[in-house]
Amino acid sequence: MSKRTIIPFGPQHPVLPEPIQLRLVMEEERVVEALPAVGYIHRGLEKLVEKKDYNQCVFLAERVCGICSFLHSVTYCQGLEEIMSVTIPDRARFLRLIWGEVHRVHSHLLWLGLLADSFGFENVFMHAWRCREMVLDLLERTAGHRVMLGVSCVGGVRRDISDEGLADILRTVDALQKEFDEFVPVVLNDYSIKQRTVGVGKLTKEQAAELGAVGPVARASGIARDFRETGYAAYGEVGFKIVTETAGDCYARMKVRCGEMYECLNMVRRAVAAMPAGAINVPVKGNPTGEVVARLEQPRGEVIYYLKGNGAKNLERMRIRTPTFANLAPLLAMLPGCELADVPVIVLSIDPCISCTER
Amino acid sequence: MIKRVFSNLFGSPATRLYPFTRREPFAGSRGQLKNDIAKCIFCGQCQRRCPADAIVVGKKPDKSWAFDRYRCIVCGYCVEVCPVKCLSMDPKHGD
Repeated sequence: MSKRTIIPFGPQHPVLPEPIQLRLVMEEERVVEALPAVGYIHRGLEKLVEKKDYNQCVFLAERVCGICSFLHSVTYCQGLEEIMSVTIPDRARFLRLIWGEVHRVHSHLLWLGLLADSFGFENVFMHAWRCREMVLDLLERTAGHRVMLGVSCVGGVRRDISDEGLADILRTVDALQKEFDEFVPVVLNDYSIKQRTVGVGKLTKEQAAELGAVGPVARASGIARDFRETGYAAYGEVGFKIVTETAGDCYARMKVRCGEMYECLNMVRRAVAAMPAGAINVPVKGNPTGEVVARLEQPRGEVIYYLKGNGAKNLERMRIRTPTFANLAPLLAMLPGCELADVPVIVLSIDPCISCTER
Repeated sequence: MIKRVFSNLFGSPATRLYPFTRREPFAGSRGQLKNDIAKCIFCGQCQRRCPADAIVVGKKPDKSWAFDRYRCIVCGYCVEVCPVKCLSMDPKHGD
């Protein structure tokens, strides 16, 4: 057995957007084992829920993540609506779907840029982020903010989208589709990208199931599981196609996310076409009593919120299981056997969001 | 893709020379909070609802309304609950 060395990867590393440390046990250039160390960005948001009333906590839930922020607030609101037996108007469900799917496109484009950056492909990074800017501008025009939309509330949504706004969404979706048609095939067929991603960081279907992988990581390993199938919000009416791959490597994860971006655009088109008229929220009276487990499919996978109310205006407990937490165990299974230079690509391929994970 | 390559080579940059060139804010964008103090009744609703504790309202006799823009998270909740609609969101920010 050759000599083993431990190399600390993170918490500050050029490719890591957020701090996590992986202690890589190396034999020559090959990783033998990866030991994670987390706790660099804990903010105590779950505790803060006990100090704020449940309506204020919608904004708190939104700040759990700086990328899939809107979907966090929707999960929280859906949980409370279930506890308080509130049925939200149809238009609110459709608006939540539209903003949610546009958010997913922005998250996947951000991820594509970061992945390209991790293997040094600056052009793809800049191109993906230029397209993402179109999405962020659309979010600002329709919701009033680029990332922290602040439009979800218990009982529906705060802001409506006018007919003109819906036409604007369709125009932007068409422009994005044109951009994707142009650069996604180039990215997926590029020789150097394939060299860095095909066969790298493999996760078999059995491993993915055993280790509880979620989202695109699970779907790239051949597990066709997506919480949107259950038809929450307006997914039941709009319908969608699960994008899966079977190879389980970094390239498959990239293909799944690129396929999902197209599927998101199609869903937004169908939702705009079927948009019902009417109110956007219903008044909610009283305080939550009881507990609920709310689940929702985020860009990174399934998020789980546990909410418990005791009749007071402040919740008694909120607990969040984020998709990155579920994907950390699969990540540790992907790393052994890879070369040191492939570690950034593999880590980025699960789309890690450490701020969410530590909250 | 060739079209994109040429447009990148000979076109203008995708970025702006901020702060010399500024993009006009979109209508309805949440830039910063404004209070029309002449209409304010100092009821304190905004202070109670603010999730970031950024607003302090002094009631009678010394009626006052103070707002810490560095604490504000620009959520617009105060604008929504204001009974006299003296609070509004200015799409511009940073001025």
